[in-house]
Amino acid sequence: MSRTTADEPALVEVRDLKRVFDVSKPWLNRVIERAPRQFLKAVDGVSFEIRKGETFALVGESGSGKSTVARMVVGLLPPTAGTVTIDGVSMNDAAAAEERQRLRRRIQMIFQDPYASLNPRWRVGRIIAEPIRAFRLVDGEAAIEARVGDLLTLVGLHPADRVKFPHEFSGGQRQRIAIARALASDAEFIVCDEPTSALDVSVQAQILNLMRDLQERLGLTYLFISHNLAVVRHMASRIGVMYLGRLVEVSEGKSLFSAPRHPYTRMLLDAVPDVAMVGKAREAVKGEIPNPIAPPSGCTFHPRCPLVFDRCRLESPPVIDGVACHAVQAGRVAAA
Amino acid sequence: MPPEDAAPVLSVRDLTVEFVTRRGTLRALDRISFDVARGEVLGVVGESGAGKSVTGSAIIGLIDPPGRIAGGEVRLAGERIDDLPDEAMRKVRGKRIGMIFQDPLTSLNPLYRISEQLIETIQVHTDLDATQARARAIALLDEVGIPAPEKRIDSYPHQFSGGMRQRVVIALALCAEPEFIIADEPTTALDVSVQAQIIALIKTLCRERGTSVMLVTHDMGVIAETADRVAVMYAGRIAEIGPVRDVVKEPLHPYAQGLMGAIPSLEGETTRLVQIPGSMPRLSAIPSGCAFNPRCGQAFARCHVERPELVAVGDRKVACHLYDEPRRSGAGAEIAA
Amino acid sequence: MTTLHPQTSNPPGRLARIWDSDIAYSFRSSPVTVVATLLALLLVLAAVAAPLIAPYDPFDPASLDLSDGFSRPMVPNEITGKVFWLGSDAQGRDIFSAILYGSRVSLLVGAASVLFSLVIGVGLGLVAGYVGGRTEALIMRVADVQLSFPAILVALLVFGVARGLIPPALQEQMTLLVLVVAIGLSNWAQYARTVRGSTLVEKNKVYVDAARLIGLKAWPVMLKHVLPNVAGPVLVIATINLALAVIEEATLSFLGVGMPPTQPSLGTLIRFGQQYLFSGEWWILLFPSLVLVLLALSINLFGDWLRDALNPKLR
Repeated sequence: MSRTTADEPALVEVRDLKRVFDVSKPWLNRVIERAPRQFLKAVDGVSFEIRKGETFALVGESGSGKSTVARMVVGLLPPTAGTVTIDGVSMNDAAAAEERQRLRRRIQMIFQDPYASLNPRWRVGRIIAEPIRAFRLVDGEAAIEARVGDLLTLVGLHPADRVKFPHEFSGGQRQRIAIARALASDAEFIVCDEPTSALDVSVQAQILNLMRDLQERLGLTYLFISHNLAVVRHMASRIGVMYLGRLVEVSEGKSLFSAPRHPYTRMLLDAVPDVAMVGKAREAVKGEIPNPIAPPSGCTFHPRCPLVFDRCRLESPPVIDGVACHAVQAGRVAAA
Repeated sequence: MPPEDAAPVLSVRDLTVEFVTRRGTLRALDRISFDVARGEVLGVVGESGAGKSVTGSAIIGLIDPPGRIAGGEVRLAGERIDDLPDEAMRKVRGKRIGMIFQDPLTSLNPLYRISEQLIETIQVHTDLDATQARARAIALLDEVGIPAPEKRIDSYPHQFSGGMRQRVVIALALCAEPEFIIADEPTTALDVSVQAQIIALIKTLCRERGTSVMLVTHDMGVIAETADRVAVMYAGRIAEIGPVRDVVKEPLHPYAQGLMGAIPSLEGETTRLVQIPGSMPRLSAIPSGCAFNPRCGQAFARCHVERPELVAVGDRKVACHLYDEPRRSGAGAEIAA
Repeated sequence: MTTLHPQTSNPPGRLARIWDSDIAYSFRSSPVTVVATLLALLLVLAAVAAPLIAPYDPFDPASLDLSDGFSRPMVPNEITGKVFWLGSDAQGRDIFSAILYGSRVSLLVGAASVLFSLVIGVGLGLVAGYVGGRTEALIMRVADVQLSFPAILVALLVFGVARGLIPPALQEQMTLLVLVVAIGLSNWAQYARTVRGSTLVEKNKVYVDAARLIGLKAWPVMLKHVLPNVAGPVLVIATINLALAVIEEATLSFLGVGMPPTQPSLGTLIRFGQQYLFSGEWWILLFPSLVLVLLALSINLFGDWLRDALNPKLR
């Protein structure tokens, strides 16, 4: 989608977000084995903003911290440091608790696994109506029922489906139900955490199309988390690439694919098996993602990077002009 | 008499697998037929419920009750293997057919060192002594791209990363020099950057050794990069089978067309994705006639009543009435356009 | 946008759907379970309907006639000529009636104590699993300590303490309540452990996150979302525990710390009966014991089936 959103004000502002997990063994084991405490820096200083009406995607491989960012943005997980501000309201500041409760209605999340995101013991109607009831958006059972019916129709299901249980639906249909629930509170900002990675491709296409239709109709803003570059390319207006807890490149959607700047982005684009690549040879990618508990020094990508030089091993590169790479910043590489 | 190389390594004819449940007999595979030539990589692609994994299990005789092979035959290098007794089949598995599964952890025993597992497998299938087997194991690990294999061979599986473990599993599958390898979603559990490495590895190893591979996956990208030919499965049947380039670029079967259009690509302008309405039928409710007819935009009366057989169209075979003799001239051209 | 929804064939009636469900099928195809369930139902019904079925009222001392004592089963009494189906005891009490009323008491104590331990155990388990941290550690260590004592010992302890606290005049009336609390307190830990385990699994499922996202507090999330999803295993334990509680009550009564002779439970009857085991009046012991065994066994078999039926891994 090439709608210009550049003039829109930022709806979501993420500043220097950090999250550290304590992954130490239990106390007794540490004492016996004389092992030190261990910490995992899942997210290490991530900043970005999302403008109203756009789709901002975070893409990365496992361990990149993209899902952790998503959980911090919606407030499911408190950050270790840094701030998330949505429409001027802090998601972390205790002083803003009251405003935040009002803000909650406008933020929803769609999860990866549609088999786990719907309470298996609840009927679909009750699942979708829960946010309506919690925020007291509509009064009276008949009105709630009507609203649930409208939402089901909106996502391509039938109003009569509200009396069924989640297990009576296929994965794609469940994801539609999850979307209906997310929309039930008239949410404006929806965080989508790998919304189609558990689905088959033909169903994935249905859900992606639906999400784009809904965005157009309702003016939604998406934070779209995915490991699938092709899906991200299809959905996002702007894209952030994450590697080991850091944002290594932020770029307008199309230019990330036509002119990737960070060496990791280039490597990733080279690696993705793609239908367009039938019969073509490609360069092999080297190495695997290092253990995030003991990441490499300096730029965490340096052991795999073809452009590595001394500085990369010592200093972590700052994000300048949307890319965090010493080689690019020092002009050692011509923009592709 | 044709030269030996021309005969297919694996030949599957009318293979049917049924699961008997109290609600009736479910047909997971419905008379599927295909060949895999020597040194060829055949991709088997389909969405969940298409029967692609069952195909792999049926070939190696690992269909557990209440499932059973209800008909058809499987021939390995001309020799029938679907009716072998368990003991003989066990020898075929591992020795003549290697297996690579999705999760490397299920193929590797976490309690034993890599060396023990490799050497044991080598000794079961060859008559090498322990020292020779160890040397062979190290050579294999080197071949699958594990750095410093003579040091790392004595590690436990958990000391390897996901990609390295999958390399070990590949080494394990190659131990006995099998003629045929079944790889069931070998890259699905891996990260994108590692996927590419494993795909490249499988490709080169098989090319060098002349081993045939049946690559089962839901990822069309993996197939496009790895396979020589591809079979698109739908509801336990083969919808289309042919050279991968043709099927990917210009699919004939309406389902294959929908499937290709549904995949977002890294090239070209992405507009709206093609959307196949509905979803794969459950095994208990497979439509009559062509199983795809309720979701097909081009279905006509015959599709509802008569099951289409695979018919040759150029290099490939398609199971669709649009390409049957009577209608071929008119409708076929319209579709290809 | 096209409307996509699963094909809805004409829905069969509710009863037909239940009959056709997987659980009902698994029930039907296990004859042992069917027999056990019918037997358990029969025993429970007989106990509930004891006042309607029993030919005599064993709790009414006025109706007893000492000359009816030691009547053999089905044999007319030598003095009075009355026939007692399962014989009579030393006081001339009808064993059959005593068993009916006795199983009534046994089942009442069993069911009430199961309910009691269930409420405590499930509540603590939910809190431990959901809240975690020190609260969890505290609850689970108490549960561990509790589990390291034999249940009967805990029950005896509680019973003893209660005896000391309750004024003697009230003791007889309070026995039933004390028994329920004693047996209930000795069994809660199992529920707490199971529920904590399932809660740990469920609370990490994203539907719980979805509920938290709309601002629900911990208690509503636990009760509305987590509890219904951990109920399956609880139901299984409760069923099997019902059999155990009935046995535990019988044991306590047999040891003389249970139901008083004026309101005999199955255990009390067995205690009386064993005095006559070697003097030839075998029926006084045999029939109550037999009923106790059948009751415990049938409930247990039903519980075993329920466990298998609710556990998808075993299917």
